[in-house]
Amino acid sequence: MIPATLATTPQLSRWVTVHKGGTIDVRCGKVELGQGILTALSQIIAEELDVTLARITMIPVTTGSSPDENLTAGSRSLEESGPALRQVGAEVRALFLAAAGERLGTNELAINDGEITSRSGSTSYWELADEVDLSVDATGEPQPKPHTEYRIVGTSAARLDIPDKVNGIPRYVHDLSLPGMLYGRVVRPPSPGAVLRELDTSPAKGLPDVVDIVRDGSFIGIIAAHEESAVAGAELLRANSVWDEHATLPDSTAMGAFLTAVPSDRSVISELTAETTTTKTIHATYTRPYLAHASIAPSCAIACWQGNELEVWSHTQGAYNLQRQLQKATNAAEVTVHHVEGAGCYGHNGADDVAYDAVLLARAVEGQPVQVVWSRADELSWAPFGPAMAVELSAGVDADGNVVSWHHEIYGNGHVSRPGVFANPAFLAMAYTADPIALPVSVDPPTSRGGGSQRNAVPLYEFPAHEVATNRLLEMPLRTSALRSLGAYLNVFAIESFMDELAGDVDPVTFRLRYLKDPRARKVVEAAAERANWWSREPGTGFAFARYSNHGAYCAVVAEVEAETEIRVRKLTLAVDAGMIINPDGLRNQIEGGAIQSTSWTTKEQVRFDRTRVTSADWESYPILRFSEVPEVDVVLLDRPGEPCLGAGETAQGPTAAAIANALSDALDVRVRTLPLTPENIVNAMP
Amino acid sequence: MVETFQLTVNGTAQEVTCDRDTPLLYVLRNHLNLKGTRFGCGLGLCGACNVIIDGRTIFSCDTPLWSVVGKNIRTVEGLPADSPLRRMFVEEQAAQCGYCVSGIVMSATALLESTGNPDERAVKEALDRNLCRCGAHNRMVRAVLRAGE
Repeated sequence: MIPATLATTPQLSRWVTVHKGGTIDVRCGKVELGQGILTALSQIIAEELDVTLARITMIPVTTGSSPDENLTAGSRSLEESGPALRQVGAEVRALFLAAAGERLGTNELAINDGEITSRSGSTSYWELADEVDLSVDATGEPQPKPHTEYRIVGTSAARLDIPDKVNGIPRYVHDLSLPGMLYGRVVRPPSPGAVLRELDTSPAKGLPDVVDIVRDGSFIGIIAAHEESAVAGAELLRANSVWDEHATLPDSTAMGAFLTAVPSDRSVISELTAETTTTKTIHATYTRPYLAHASIAPSCAIACWQGNELEVWSHTQGAYNLQRQLQKATNAAEVTVHHVEGAGCYGHNGADDVAYDAVLLARAVEGQPVQVVWSRADELSWAPFGPAMAVELSAGVDADGNVVSWHHEIYGNGHVSRPGVFANPAFLAMAYTADPIALPVSVDPPTSRGGGSQRNAVPLYEFPAHEVATNRLLEMPLRTSALRSLGAYLNVFAIESFMDELAGDVDPVTFRLRYLKDPRARKVVEAAAERANWWSREPGTGFAFARYSNHGAYCAVVAEVEAETEIRVRKLTLAVDAGMIINPDGLRNQIEGGAIQSTSWTTKEQVRFDRTRVTSADWESYPILRFSEVPEVDVVLLDRPGEPCLGAGETAQGPTAAAIANALSDALDVRVRTLPLTPENIVNAMP
Repeated sequence: MVETFQLTVNGTAQEVTCDRDTPLLYVLRNHLNLKGTRFGCGLGLCGACNVIIDGRTIFSCDTPLWSVVGKNIRTVEGLPADSPLRRMFVEEQAAQCGYCVSGIVMSATALLESTGNPDERAVKEALDRNLCRCGAHNRMVRAVLRAGE
């Protein structure tokens, strides 16, 4: 069988190059975002090739040479690229063994770290490197190893990139210094939709090494020989600009009303009908604010024009996607995009937008690369946000207290507005040039692709009847797009909070198990409960469970909190079944990180705005969790050797939030349904 | 106004010619090609740009060049190759994206040099002005504690 992304790029030489010197280059279409994916993928292919990890070099994506495996998103990299690389490894190994067999005159061959031995002599990958032609298509015939023979997969191989990062070696696109490179900065408007009325460029032009100032409608940029001059020049331009601003934003104190009042497009996601008799119906509404990706590094890109050919260096999640959209936006004869690492991305942040900024500025200085870095304020106020969202839940309960019907209604903007989703490329700057193209209103992918707002909205609990529907807003006052786990964060928060509310006097774990039939789900729930001593717990302990995107990793969380008017999360215990584990420590790192990031979202974070401007533009107005506030995190992994990998990078986001809210309710007997769980929202929820 | 300044960076004398108000961060990254010190916010609020000056951790993004002349500036590149801190960060796999890590390693270096063998609370306090978005905090704290042993 040929996995999907290998079928798209079947030629083996596109994936693998074996060098005479004893190393192997591996190209895949997934990119390193700090999640450790290239390490895990290198383990998969090293395993099939029967070579040590040290021989493998994972080549970052460059369009044209790397295979196109679409986006690195949705926790799907091990699910998509893993099987492709496994099959590539098996096919390449088979071709080398066939060549060795011919040379040595026997089919009884053993292979160890690329050395091929037989009774009649030996050879190696390296010796055969020039002889074996990999410019052939995968056949699907060679079978990957059985998992029982794995020696590299399943071990906690050290991350390939961590030593460089700890030692301060240049690695990020921010660190690239190309010959002749200039530094660019963009002066963004003070508020969404603002129009530039006047601009005095003379003070900025007066700086010693300013090369050019670019103005196109309300898009302003500056190019300088030194970074400090570009930064200072951008500030002078900002100070000498006059903008017409409009109050386009909703009332942040009445978001619930806003979300349900805006015209929307309703679609039913899932419907299960049954004859039921309910004695009462219980309702509750849960909301989340807009959230920022808030990477520690602002978005950055480098662009260079040579005639009508464009070359771009970017930390995008989709190099091919960016390439196609840049081609469309610029009509360049040829566009090449190189992936270079950035900081953690956590979804669709400003990476693609800053690439287009760099492309616009580099136009002015043909032949010279221009590096653009966003300011912290722009990163926190102009990158797309995870959308504000409301979920109305209602449950019909019968005379015995059983839930017999369930209704889940979602309100909010769509969760995707990536370049490539719409007819126009939808780069931020396009909405501000002299010939502007409005930013399209975000959409939700189909449920079969994981969905957006509806991700995890269909309950995993088997109730006799359910209806799940989403109302996607047709207006978008603040630009929204994919943030780690998309709609799953609020859907799971809502479902799992509501389950505790419905449980009443029944133990929350017992209550969940009553409706949970999937044996793997039950196992994860029981494992978390056991590990955290659920049955002899202290007050201030809460439980939650979900299976990410209904098809990814299973995750159950026990949260232990201290709370008075402020909440402090002391400890999180997570049990996770992510199918077969490729790298236990890598998986653990992702789960720990997801749980801590979700704790930050859940207890502290919200994008703030008045009716005109986003006002949370620095780390004081958009605080995130600090070292002294980080809970202890204990992770139990349930390995499933031989089973497919299940995406785990986002699985902790929803259940962590709900477990914290349930623990808060356990501690204070206050049900807070409005995120984040700040003192203000806790006090407002008190009866 | 552009002037020439003499600096001591990682024990080596360096000469740079630029405006006196240039943030030290850009001097290190672009004039001296020491890219391990990183820009995060430009406001002294995240710690990605931390360096050690005369034994104290400072934010290089809002420290002007003129103020560090004659002082001993240390960056992540100046740590010894066999530094226990470096080793423990790798052993604990104490990073995800790693963008914040060099600043955190510098905060931890200053802590270990002044405190020797700090406890967990002291480590968290010392790192509290460094932000990490990926959630690698607990691994980093363990790495610092082990390096201090």
